[in-house]
Amino acid sequence: MEVGIVGYGAYVPRHRIKVEEIAQVWGADAPTYKKGLRLEEKSVPSPDQDVITMSVEASRRALRRAGVDPFELGAIYIGSESHPYAVKPSGTVVAEAIGATPNLHCADLEFACKAGSEGMFIALSLVKAGEMKLALGIGADTSQGAPGDALEYSASAGAAAFIMGRERLVAACEHTFSFTTDTPDFWRREYQHYPRHGGRFTGEPAYFKHTLSCARELMKRAGLEPGDFKFAVFHQPNGKFPLTASEELGFTREQVQQGLLSPSIGNTYSGASPLGLTAILDVAKPGDRILMVSYGSGSGSDGFVWRVTERIEEVRSLAPQTWAQIKDRPVYVNYGTYAKFRGKILKAS
Amino acid sequence: MIGLARHWREIPQRYRYEAARCDKCSAVYFPPRLVCSKCRGREFTKTVLPQTGKVETFTVIRVAPTGFTDEAPYAVAVVKLDDSIRVMAQVVDCEVEKLAIGDRVRLEFRKVQQDGEAGAICYGYKFVPEA
Repeated sequence: MEVGIVGYGAYVPRHRIKVEEIAQVWGADAPTYKKGLRLEEKSVPSPDQDVITMSVEASRRALRRAGVDPFELGAIYIGSESHPYAVKPSGTVVAEAIGATPNLHCADLEFACKAGSEGMFIALSLVKAGEMKLALGIGADTSQGAPGDALEYSASAGAAAFIMGRERLVAACEHTFSFTTDTPDFWRREYQHYPRHGGRFTGEPAYFKHTLSCARELMKRAGLEPGDFKFAVFHQPNGKFPLTASEELGFTREQVQQGLLSPSIGNTYSGASPLGLTAILDVAKPGDRILMVSYGSGSGSDGFVWRVTERIEEVRSLAPQTWAQIKDRPVYVNYGTYAKFRGKILKAS
Repeated sequence: MIGLARHWREIPQRYRYEAARCDKCSAVYFPPRLVCSKCRGREFTKTVLPQTGKVETFTVIRVAPTGFTDEAPYAVAVVKLDDSIRVMAQVVDCEVEKLAIGDRVRLEFRKVQQDGEAGAICYGYKFVPEA
């Protein structure tokens, strides 16, 4: 029996900061970042938003599209590297808020930017194994970038939620594949506020090796080629990396454009490729095939081949669509407000 | 900062907007109560409040109480939920100077309070402009 996505939901905060605003504070050259990394602006969570609040909103939207009773969910997994608590799960709050408690399994996951696709993979696998009827996988982050660091231009916020099941699918999962090695390209040690990274080392031996290897092996095992896909979405730490990866694999710009959100909202980390997938599902037609490959530093990639079903036409307008949210009255903030929102100002205790 | 136990008790209202409808006279209470103030009925049925409505009135808090000082100025509104009761909550993601009576808003899940950097986080509802 086929398994796949029964409902999906996306959430993007309304606040934005432009690359120019960050660059002028640090004396950096904005055009260099905009051209070099293909970034224009990024989403900024307000002080009352975090991984839990965004996950709740994305999950409620996924439930609307799924048309299922939340009490039927057998599991909830949230992947993030910015869980609000170091010890206390995000998933319990989300499960309670959407009305899914108490008869379910719950876990918070962490694997840099790949944690969201991990949640999707585990939810999908449990349904496939027949352990449960429905399971919820969420990718969400309010990612951290140290002041003045290159990451500050991209680290942003967003969430995507997917309800996996066996009936009434909007996209069936045809194949999965994961590629994992120990590669120290990016990390955040315990009690550290900001992550560290290996600069250019995050490129070839990390992002590209894992993303390309995962995509190639997945397509080989599935017996598919780039031309067999209508859309492709890759992890998007900036606007440049996913375009370079897609070109190397033989995908065209048309295949990746719809799911390429990072130039407009930055890198939503665990939410990145999952949010790109929601944007694609918003426009995909029945029968369209979608390649999705995530990447998480440390390092690994999860790959999925999705095939869109007839039911997509019935559900996509039941909740806010991803690009519509991105374009809906963004509120631009200056660096001072951004620093206050992100807790970057040292206050008297 | 409200106590942990109280916050925990109020989860059905704060997280899921669960109200009580009197079985005798259909009056809706949010938060629920034990005795209906209209008909003295004691039997209630759980009902979930609509999540959209219209601003009936509002005020802008410029001198905020402890725990909310970083948010000032912020708006607190009385909102008439569609075909339902009135609820009071903060209105966020809007320019307070442009907020107006009659504006359409919807409920969204947000952080409401936190007990400093190390304490518990209390979640609940706020209003945001309807898309």
